[in-house]
Amino acid sequence: MNETASQSAITPDAGFIIEVNSMHKWYGDFHVLSDINLKVQLKERIVICGPSGSGKSTLIRCINRLEEHQRGQIIVNGTELTNDIKNIEKVRTEVGMVFQHFNLFPHLTILDNLTLGPIWVRKTPKKEAEETAMMYLEKVHIAEQALKFPGQLSGGQQQRVAIARSLCMKPKVMLFDEPTSALDPEMIKEVLDVMIDLAEEGMTMLVVTHEMGFAKSVADRVMFMDAGQIVEQNNPHNFFDNPQNERTKLFLSQIL
Amino acid sequence: MSAPTTTPTREYLKPPVTEVGVIGWLHANLFNSWFNSILTIAVLAVLWKLMPPFFSWAFVDSVWNSPAEACRDIDGACWSVIPQNISFIVFGFFPDGQQWRPGIAMLLLLGLVIYSKDTKHMKKSLFVYWTIGLVIMGTLMYGGVFGMPVVETDQWSGLPLTFMLALFGMVAAYPLGVLLALGRRSRMPAIKTLCVVYIEMIRGVPLISLLFMSSVMFPLFLPEGVTIDKVLRAQAAIILFTAAYIAEVVRGGLQAMPRGQFEAADSLGLNYNQTMRLIILPQALKIVIPPSLGILLSAFKDTSLVVIIALYDVLKTTKVTLSNPKWTGYSTEAYIVLAIFYFICCFAMSNYSRKLEKALHTGR
Repeated sequence: MNETASQSAITPDAGFIIEVNSMHKWYGDFHVLSDINLKVQLKERIVICGPSGSGKSTLIRCINRLEEHQRGQIIVNGTELTNDIKNIEKVRTEVGMVFQHFNLFPHLTILDNLTLGPIWVRKTPKKEAEETAMMYLEKVHIAEQALKFPGQLSGGQQQRVAIARSLCMKPKVMLFDEPTSALDPEMIKEVLDVMIDLAEEGMTMLVVTHEMGFAKSVADRVMFMDAGQIVEQNNPHNFFDNPQNERTKLFLSQIL
Repeated sequence: MSAPTTTPTREYLKPPVTEVGVIGWLHANLFNSWFNSILTIAVLAVLWKLMPPFFSWAFVDSVWNSPAEACRDIDGACWSVIPQNISFIVFGFFPDGQQWRPGIAMLLLLGLVIYSKDTKHMKKSLFVYWTIGLVIMGTLMYGGVFGMPVVETDQWSGLPLTFMLALFGMVAAYPLGVLLALGRRSRMPAIKTLCVVYIEMIRGVPLISLLFMSSVMFPLFLPEGVTIDKVLRAQAAIILFTAAYIAEVVRGGLQAMPRGQFEAADSLGLNYNQTMRLIILPQALKIVIPPSLGILLSAFKDTSLVVIIALYDVLKTTKVTLSNPKWTGYSTEAYIVLAIFYFICCFAMSNYSRKLEKALHTGR
């Protein structure tokens, strides 16, 4: 059954790629995430939106253990996230992350940035890693910059490199933490186009963003978070045209 | 369209004489205000008073390589104190006929150092060259084979001792310092406490006291009859001391690393060793090249402190030369030359560090 980019049904697949059960997180005394329950299927594309401080970035950072949760369960690709470093590294190999501030490695060329993960984590031979890297650089339309350094690229180019870097690890899930928030409008489009291509090819993604256009065109589910809780989630059509919760309505009225 | 008008011819004048060239520079930098002008004149007056006498003392009336008696007859500098005693100043107590051995060892060491400076040579083969070089140097200095008489380590003195203590001290202290810095940032309490205690205790005492302890106190803890070589003890003290300071400087560099670099490395699945080795340390160590160099320069000059444990580095051998009644009174000349020697070595290191920074684009 073919999937279109818009709000079509997800083929019910065996099991969930990400399962978050009754997860709570505290920063010291501050209860930042409260009773989060989330099940993500393979190939599902979820956009998470909400006011700042609502915990959306914290939630996705818990999924690849950049933050630790104190209560509840997070299971990614069958592995539960605990303090066991082996589990954490196993999860991180399958989960790619794109950051708001790109976080490229400035002392390495673009090509080296991309081949670092595959060579040292997946133990891919160098030649093969470089071929994969060039393939993904072509995909994000930046192959000619392969031997430059991150400092020589614009923001939009750096973010596309960052996306390619995560893709080189062939992850099952991609997490995007406000990928376009540090870019100016022209660059936002070039990055969103790459993300749309990715979504249309069936990559499972969780995207924290304020780009509602992206949500409308590509998401299977839109989630609204506020004050550490998931307030409402629905497919984009119902979410934007028929919000149920008062807080959701207030939020939408301010951003649309 | 209107008819084109002829452009009026203009005269290209020269700028006023007081604005360009030498006079312009003088005007802008030395005489640009009343206060600066007075200062300039005052400094010129001081130099006028001091330079000619110094010049005639150092270069005009001086002797360069004559026996001690000739020095007494002249007013100028007696530079011959160095050439006449050169073999003792440079080689110390190394037996007379054998001084070619430390000579070659030193040249080999310096040659290897100069070879290693070039980044193009930093390959696996460099390790091989260094290992072979070190073995050759050790054999030359110690002897015992190929008919060379044995020369015990307490006779190693002068320039070879200074270079050896300095170079091996710097090369060993740096990795140790990096490990200490990483350990101090560790979340494991035992490692962290160990590193903190080590760093703070070592930084709390002068190097001289460490050398003294290594030479006098440490042997008391060893079982009867077991001795550890004195030069080795001094070398260990210098390494342990320098490592503590390097550790703090490197820790500063690690703290300056943006958290995003760690997070990006983590999200790719790199483990601790890989993150440090491939991502963090290359960037952090680059940032702290300036203060690291300062510490290494101090380490180089601190080799002169081994005089406290009766090891004769180049400073001590110079001093001993001056205690000879023939040459007493010419300490100014001797120490000036020694200062020039230290300056040349330290300047070479600073220069290299500047080139290194440029090559690594630390300016970003």
